[in-house]
Amino acid sequence: MEILSILIPVSLILGGIGLVAFIWAMKTKQFDDPTGDANRILMKDWDDKPKP
Amino acid sequence: MTIAGPIAPQDIEVERPGMAACPACVVTPSAQALAAMAKPSSGRLMLSLPAAHCAACISTVETAIAGVPGVQSSRVNLTMKRVSVEADASVTAPQLIEVLKRVGYEAHELDAGLLSATETDKQGRDLLMRLGVAFFSMMNVMLLSVAVWSGAEGATRDMFHWISAAIAIPTVIFSGQPFFKSAWAGLRVGRLGMDFPISLALVLASSISLFETIKSGHHAYFDAAVMLCFFLLLGRYLDHRTRAVARSAAEELAALEVPRATVLVDGAEVVRPISEVVAGDLVRVRPGGRMPVDGVVAEGASEVDRSLLTGESLPVFAGVGTVVSAGEVNLTGPLVLRVTAAGKDSSLHRMADLVAVAESAKTKYTTLAERAASYYSPLVHLMSFSAFGYWMWATGGDVRFAVNISAAVLIITCPCALGLAVPAVVTAASGKLFRKGLLIKHGTALERLAQVDTVVFDKTGTLTTGAPELTNFTDHPRAVIEVAAALASASSHPLAQALAEAAKAQGVVAAEVSDLREVPGYGVEGIWRGQTVRLGRAGWCNAEALDVTATYLCAGDKPRAFTFADRLRPGAEVAIAALKAQGKHIRLISGDVEGAVADLAARLCIEDWVAGALPAEKVALVRDLTLAGRRVLMVGDGLNDTAALAAAHVSISPATALDAARTASDIVLLGQDMAAIGDATRIARQATRRMVENFGISAAYNVVAVPLALIGSATPLAAALAMSLSSITVSLNALRLK
Repeated sequence: MEILSILIPVSLILGGIGLVAFIWAMKTKQFDDPTGDANRILMKDWDDKPKP
Repeated sequence: MTIAGPIAPQDIEVERPGMAACPACVVTPSAQALAAMAKPSSGRLMLSLPAAHCAACISTVETAIAGVPGVQSSRVNLTMKRVSVEADASVTAPQLIEVLKRVGYEAHELDAGLLSATETDKQGRDLLMRLGVAFFSMMNVMLLSVAVWSGAEGATRDMFHWISAAIAIPTVIFSGQPFFKSAWAGLRVGRLGMDFPISLALVLASSISLFETIKSGHHAYFDAAVMLCFFLLLGRYLDHRTRAVARSAAEELAALEVPRATVLVDGAEVVRPISEVVAGDLVRVRPGGRMPVDGVVAEGASEVDRSLLTGESLPVFAGVGTVVSAGEVNLTGPLVLRVTAAGKDSSLHRMADLVAVAESAKTKYTTLAERAASYYSPLVHLMSFSAFGYWMWATGGDVRFAVNISAAVLIITCPCALGLAVPAVVTAASGKLFRKGLLIKHGTALERLAQVDTVVFDKTGTLTTGAPELTNFTDHPRAVIEVAAALASASSHPLAQALAEAAKAQGVVAAEVSDLREVPGYGVEGIWRGQTVRLGRAGWCNAEALDVTATYLCAGDKPRAFTFADRLRPGAEVAIAALKAQGKHIRLISGDVEGAVADLAARLCIEDWVAGALPAEKVALVRDLTLAGRRVLMVGDGLNDTAALAAAHVSISPATALDAARTASDIVLLGQDMAAIGDATRIARQATRRMVENFGISAAYNVVAVPLALIGSATPLAAALAMSLSSITVSLNALRLK
C-alpha cells in the first residue's frame, strides 16, 4: 500500500497540471473562436516563417 | 434613415433572462441610444461579416484590413462571424466596410453592440471555468471514491475521504456559486426555485461528508456533491450558449443605420439626431432614404413605399401637400418635408404604444421546467424533512443517522437530470433549426411553438418578397419590350427595376433611347427614333388604369400596360402545405388592397383572408383568436405587424423585417426560404415531447432510488449511479431529435 503515497500525489499533480492548463487557456481567451482556430491551421500565410 | 436603427444594445438586453422583452422600447430609439450613437467611436471597431466561413476568408479579410493606413491589428472571429479591429481614431467603420466590399465581403458596423458583446463572453467564460474546475474535481474524487467503494478500510478510507474533502469542498464553494447566488436571490423575494434544493443538497452533502470524515464514518458524499455541480453547470452552460449564439446573430441582423435627419437650416444642410428635430423644421429625404419624421411634403415629387408601415405593395405618389409618416421609404425623387411631428408625437411612437399595450396584455408563459420545479421543489423538501422526522423517532433521537438519511434523500432526488432535461433538448433543437435557417431568440419559444394551432400570416414582405414580378411579358412585341427595357433601366423604381430585370433575363437588348430623364412621381421619359416615349403612371401616359399593379408605356400607336404580381417568397407554398398537413388553421391578414390579397390567397389556397387591415385590427384579430382559446403563431415583418407579433402566442419574422418587428418576434427566419417554418413546428413538437420524456426518465430514476434512500439503505455508490445514469440517459434522449 506504500505505493499509494506516490501514486495519489502523482495523479493529483497530473490532474492539477491539466486544470492549470485549462485555466490558462481560458484566461488567454482560447475558447472564444473554436471555428476560427480550426480554420486558421489551414492558412498558408506563415508556413515558411513564423508570424512576426 | 432607419426608424429603429441603433437597437443592438436593447436587443441584447431583451435576451437576458429575467428582463422583460420590450419591443415597444425599440420601435422608437431611446434618447440614450441616440446620445450613445452621437459619441465618437473609440480606437476599437467591430464589424459583422455574415459571409465569412473559411480559412481563406480569414486571411483575405485580415490582409485587406491590415492594408488600411492607421490599422494596428485585426482579428476575425469565425464563430461569431465578426472582425475586431484595433485602429487609430482616424479610421472609420464605413472606410473599412468599403475596403471589405472591394475584396468581396459584406460587412456591417457593430459599434453599439461592442460593450455588451464582451459582457456576454465574460459570463460564458465564467461558467466554463467553473465547469472545468468541477470536472477536474469530479474525476479525482471519483477515483478515490471508487477505491473506497471497492473496499478500502480503516485508515486508508479515512485518508481517501480527507483527500476527497480537500478537493471537493473548495470546488463546491467555487463552482456552486451560480446556484448559491440564484437561490439566495430567489429566497429574498420569497420564492423557492430549482436552485434552492440544489444549493441545499450541495451544502448538506459537503458538510455531512466532512462531519463523517472527522468521525471516520463509512459513507461520504463528496463525489455526489461535485458530480451534482458538474452536471448542473453543464446544463447551465448549454443554456447560456444557446442564448449567446442567438444574441450574437441578432446583433448581426440589426441594421445599424444612424437615426439622423438632414435638416435644412437657412438653406444649408445640417445633420441632426432625430431627437433634436422639432415640428416646423424642414427635412430633406433623398431617394432611397427612409422618412425620419412625420411631415407634409413641402417641395419635390416622388413615390413612397409604405409597405413596411401599411402592407401596401404598390408605391404611392407623393407631391407637395402629401402627408407622409416616419418609416416610409422615398423612392424616386428628393423630397423636402415640413415636420409635423417628431420623436414622441410621431406616428411611429403611437405604433410603439400599441405594441406596449399588446405586450402587457400577453400572459406570461410558464415553461415546462418551471412547472416541473413548482411541483418538485416542495415535494423534495417535504420528503427530506419527513425522512429526518421519522428516523429521529424510529432511532430514538439519533441525529447523525437521521441527518444522513435526509441528506441522502436530497442528494438522490437532486435534479441533475431535471437540470439537463430542458437545456439538452433546446440545444439540440435550436442547433437543428439554425442549420435550417431559423434562429430561436427566446428560450421558451420552442415550447410555445409546439402548442400552436392557428397560423396568421402577413402578406407583403412575409409571404411575398415585396419585389414585383412581370406577368405579361409574352403579350408584348419584342420592339416594345426593347424600348420599355431602355426606359426602365434608367429608374430605381421597383416596378421599373423588375421590368428591366425580366427583359435582361429574356435576353432582350435595350433599344437606343436618348435624353433619358426621370420625372419624380410619374415615370421615365426619353427620345426614341425622334419621338417622346414614356414609361410610368397611367395618367401620365394617357392610358386607362388597370386594377392590377402595372406600369404603362406610351410609344407609337397605343399605350401598353406591363402588369406585375408580387413575387412569392421561396418555400411559401411548401410551408403552407406542411402547416395544413399538421392540421393548423391558416389565416392571411394584410394591409394591402383587396385585389392583391385575394389573388395571393387564391395562389396559396388560403380560404381565410382579410385585406386592408390596420395595425390595430391585426392585433384585435390575434387577440380575438387568443380569447377563443387558439394558440396563434404570427408571421410578419412590417411595423404594422409589430403589435400583432407581440400579442401572439409565438411569432416569427424574416431577417429582412424591421428591427422593431424582429425584436418583437421570438424566432427569426434567417434565409429567404420559408419552408423551414413547417419544419419548425414539427421539430418544436418533437422537442417538447423529448422534454416531457426527459422529466419522465428522471422521475423514473427517482422512483427507484428514493425508497432506497428513505429506508436508509442508499449508499454513495447508489447515489452516484442514479445521478450519472439519469444524466446520460437524458442527454442521449435529447440527441434522438430528428
